[in-house]
Amino acid sequence: MALLRITSPHTQRAGQRTSWVMQMVILATLPGIIVQTWLFGWGTAINLIIAGITALLCEAAILSMRRRPVAFFLKDYSALLTAVLLGVALPPAVPWWVTVTAVGFAIIFAKQIYGGLGNNPFNPAMVGYAIVLVSFPVPMSQWLGVQELVASGNSLSFMQSLQAIFHHLPAIDSYTMATPLDGFKHKDLLDSDTAFNTIAALQTLNLRSWMWVNLAYLLGGIALLWLRIITWHTPVALLGALFVMSGIFYLIDPSNAASPVFHLTTGAAMFGAFFIATDPVSSCTSNRGKLVYGAGIGILVYVIRAWGGYPDGMAFGVLLMNFAAPLIDYYTQPRTYGHKKAKTGLNIKEDN
Amino acid sequence: MTTSAETIDSEAIQENKPSANYAEIIYNGIWKNNPALVQLLGLCPMLAVTSTVVNALGLGLATMVVLMGSNIAVSLIRNYVADAVRLPAFVMIIASFTTCIELIMQAYTYELYQILGIFIPLIVTNCAILGRADAFASRNPVLPSALDGLMMGLGFTVILIALGAMRELIGQGTLFTDMQLLFGDSAAHWKLVVFDNYPNVLFAILPPGAFIGLGLLIAFKNYLDEREKNRIAAQKAIDGPSESKRVRVTGQVG
Repeated sequence: MALLRITSPHTQRAGQRTSWVMQMVILATLPGIIVQTWLFGWGTAINLIIAGITALLCEAAILSMRRRPVAFFLKDYSALLTAVLLGVALPPAVPWWVTVTAVGFAIIFAKQIYGGLGNNPFNPAMVGYAIVLVSFPVPMSQWLGVQELVASGNSLSFMQSLQAIFHHLPAIDSYTMATPLDGFKHKDLLDSDTAFNTIAALQTLNLRSWMWVNLAYLLGGIALLWLRIITWHTPVALLGALFVMSGIFYLIDPSNAASPVFHLTTGAAMFGAFFIATDPVSSCTSNRGKLVYGAGIGILVYVIRAWGGYPDGMAFGVLLMNFAAPLIDYYTQPRTYGHKKAKTGLNIKEDN
Repeated sequence: MTTSAETIDSEAIQENKPSANYAEIIYNGIWKNNPALVQLLGLCPMLAVTSTVVNALGLGLATMVVLMGSNIAVSLIRNYVADAVRLPAFVMIIASFTTCIELIMQAYTYELYQILGIFIPLIVTNCAILGRADAFASRNPVLPSALDGLMMGLGFTVILIALGAMRELIGQGTLFTDMQLLFGDSAAHWKLVVFDNYPNVLFAILPPGAFIGLGLLIAFKNYLDEREKNRIAAQKAIDGPSESKRVRVTGQVG
């Protein structure tokens, strides 16, 4: 199959340099970071610092091994963006070596080995996340709870966060609780109504805190749309597909499925839709392709959440659709204005 | 009938000379044409069982014995099997040797036999073995064929052990665990705990880790080859002028 020749998408905006785009995306995650810090303590902020340092060191080391200009590529902020996306995706009190493994893997294996920015077929942040999710299931499932609900009645202080990340906090269990998705996944034989009434993770307070997180990322995503850094196609298709899928199964079986609102306001729904799936390098390039790509992720996320082994499926959904992105692009290439639609297949002259 | 006998005879006369000398066979098997790193044959057992050194060593030794035995047997019968039925005959030979190994492992290293499971019978389907039988043993005398089998098996085993060690070290933080499965009880204390309090990295133990580990090994081999090539080229550039010096041998001298 001949792959399409398309200019690297992150360089397509006339007049705006890569570094500006990356900086704006980093800034757009700020509302989400602030809300996460407010709800879950300082862990996210510390993770971000660890991730940022690791990413810059790894990027610099590999660039100098590949004999590329180090400062030039570090200044495009793409490594830092990967670090920020991973830092907010990882649980706030995760030990430092999990963060370092995830970021190192993302930068070295998912990005630089394929040739650096613009050449990576998979979203580096999600590769790093999937690796640590598969490798270290225990620390990766320890999300902190909101302070009103956890056993200790408090969120981690700054020093406690440092202790949990760099050493070991014996009382960590009294600060953690399941995320709503995790709680719903393990409701076992309970029907939905009983589960929402009895399981601690599914109480209104916890649901509302995750709704705030998602709304904050929605705000950041709308800012990106307003700046025209991303187009509406991928997020709308993703969230629409997730809404339709959860709606259908909620209508069929309301006693065992969760409502569409639950699915859209928990886990990584908004974060993934606006910040992960819209990665210009590993996603589709044409507008029609973006719709197909986003819808595919939305469907996969619901499938994994409802019937898969993990509570949330954003990372795996994005990675699976990254596989399919070149194929989708091949079949959704837009026609040049004024040209007729080809009768059979795509005819790319240079490749024949 | 007579014509075919004649062609076999004439081929046999041609083939009494080995197609490679011994040094070349050794170099091919271990490095230049390594079954695991260059031919990429036998990947299925390679990726599936190399989670620890002892598993890798067990399967590597079994494969090596089968490879050597089948090479010898194929080389012995190479002039008496018609071309049309040679592949079934080779497969029968390989299957017999695999059955022997399976029974031997069942008798002497029963626990390892249980760990390796289906991958011992699957040695039959290891393309490296049939590949060597058809590409080398069926065209060469017994001794070079045996050496080729040994060296190809050794090359395969070495890579298997390297991959097993990498995955065991990264996955569990130890080296040489459970060596007693292969070497008896005295090997039980060979276990080397490299990192204390190590969190198990499941990714390295699961098959995806094997793919990445093998990729790194292949990249490392290519890097060494590239460096060697550059070194030789640089050497040639230094030696170059003296070699190309012409000596006048015709015409009037002096």
